[in-house]
Amino acid sequence: MTDTRDAADRLFHPAEVEVLDEELLPPVNEFKRFVKVFFKRKIVLVGFVLVVIILLVAALADVIAPFSPYEQDLYNVLAAPGGAHLLGTDALGRDLFSRIIHGTRVALAVGVSTVLVSAAIGTLIGLIAGYAEGALQTVVMRLTDAMMAIPSLILQIIIANVLKSGVPGVVLAVAITLFPGYIRLINGQVLSLKQNDYVLAARSMGAAKARIVLEHILPNCLSPLIVQMTMMMGVAIMAEAGLSFLGLGILPPTAAWGSMAYDGYRYLMMRPLLSLAPGFAIMILVFSFNMVGDGLRDALDPKLRGSLG
Amino acid sequence: MASYIIRRIIYAFIIIILVSLAVFLLVRMLPGDPIEMIVAQNTLADFGPEYYEQLEREYGLDRPVPVQYADWFIKVLRGDFGKSILHNYDIGKDMRSRLTVTLMLGLTAFVISFIAGPLLGIISAIRRGKMIDGVVTVLANVGITAPTFWVGILLIFLFGVKLGILPLYGYTLPWKDFGLSIRQSIMPVFVIALGPIASSARQTRSSVIEVLGEDYIRTAWAKGLKEKAVIFRHVLKNSMMPVVTLQGTMLRLIVGGSVIVETVFVIPGLGKMMVDAMLSNDYPVIQAATLVMTFVVVISSLVVDLLYGWIDPRIQYE
Repeated sequence: MTDTRDAADRLFHPAEVEVLDEELLPPVNEFKRFVKVFFKRKIVLVGFVLVVIILLVAALADVIAPFSPYEQDLYNVLAAPGGAHLLGTDALGRDLFSRIIHGTRVALAVGVSTVLVSAAIGTLIGLIAGYAEGALQTVVMRLTDAMMAIPSLILQIIIANVLKSGVPGVVLAVAITLFPGYIRLINGQVLSLKQNDYVLAARSMGAAKARIVLEHILPNCLSPLIVQMTMMMGVAIMAEAGLSFLGLGILPPTAAWGSMAYDGYRYLMMRPLLSLAPGFAIMILVFSFNMVGDGLRDALDPKLRGSLG
Repeated sequence: MASYIIRRIIYAFIIIILVSLAVFLLVRMLPGDPIEMIVAQNTLADFGPEYYEQLEREYGLDRPVPVQYADWFIKVLRGDFGKSILHNYDIGKDMRSRLTVTLMLGLTAFVISFIAGPLLGIISAIRRGKMIDGVVTVLANVGITAPTFWVGILLIFLFGVKLGILPLYGYTLPWKDFGLSIRQSIMPVFVIALGPIASSARQTRSSVIEVLGEDYIRTAWAKGLKEKAVIFRHVLKNSMMPVVTLQGTMLRLIVGGSVIVETVFVIPGLGKMMVDAMLSNDYPVIQAATLVMTFVVVISSLVVDLLYGWIDPRIQYE
């Protein structure tokens, strides 16, 4: 910094140096600004801490859970909460607390893979449609509209039921209903990014279409894409839980929160925790990811940039 | 305008046909088939392969799939949805009463969420930062993040099991027993409406806050208009568009919600019919239920879309 200043002093008139000084202000540290805006709202911080805890719980499930999620203690069927079994046991004598802890893994696995699969498909199609324009874009966007007009639960139920393969089936079923959203998002982004001078510059230098899309357009789509993916984590996990609750998603004995809630529902009068606790776990997980998504949107959305920071 | 409406109607029917075709094909890919289930149900009698073939012929499942689809679709246009393979009842007749139940619950939930959601959003935007804003924001977050079935089970536990003031499950049509019907509807309708109320409230809040910052609102205040006039004539008129646009999405949320709510509260509606048929691979019932549900959603989205033009004259129909 001082070197530049000295050099400037020698070369320019004092008035010019002042102008130069402004231009030479240290660049805003993007990361610092991001952290500052991201944690500005306390609720986002809470969500972020919860996400970290949830990730730790999933990673250390075997250490934290006092019992195996499948171990049946048939002398202790439907045990009351407290004692050795913190939240009691289910109708097969399995420890509810341990099953909820292990269920974190299932929920996260479903959420992450669904988001990745749907984002990958949606982004690819969105990029192609947005850059191709013309008839191809019209056809793709019309089909996207059509897919988004179908109630997603109906589509999910049918596809999950056809595939009947537990986690992969549910992931695919939910991903199919989520990817049109990404097509719409990316298509819109591409259309507006294409108007930028740097795209025109790249085109006039003779860059291939694929290169423009991958090197100039895709990186500029990342911010909204990341926000959308975080928001869709909650949607995907809720959809899986709903399917599993209906008996059309992940089936027992796998410790999925939705099917646990359904199994426990029969014993609502006697052991309400069996169905209420897994549902509460879903709520915490979805809430945490939504809050992180909110924070990311504040920190990454260029339209809001500066207004909160 | 007229050509736009006609185009949208044609488009809606294309969607319905595409969905029904997709369901038709997908259902036939389901592992296990209903004929096997009938044979398995009657294990007492000894059935040979001839009987299996006879049943297949009876239900028309031995013909090529495109022929089956065309045949089915033409019959549906005449109002004939066929018979359940497993239980042999007339689907169209059964569906009429189930559709009534689902529509009663769904429409009530839709009307309530359409009024309550924006209302809560407006109040919390106008009283921004006050306690009421905090309460609405927390409730909206709960409404968005809580799984439908969990809210349902929680309410049944609190009001049905613990307090014993509302019936645990079931549904009665209002013209059969009005009092019971209302008491049975409170929880399911609330559960279905909660998600849409929460989303609408959030959307309204941010939309109203945005409008409150506009120059013309400052002008309205500056020229001495009363609060009522500013809020109703200037703020609301300009902030409701994104909220109305959202209502099409709300319809899909309500259909999805009612499928789960009907299972939680054991309500004999269309959603329960679909889930039960799905669990037992009853092809004609799955096809009929999904077709009717898609029809309801697509047509009501169409109506909502056409209403935009009436609410916001700036919208030009190309």
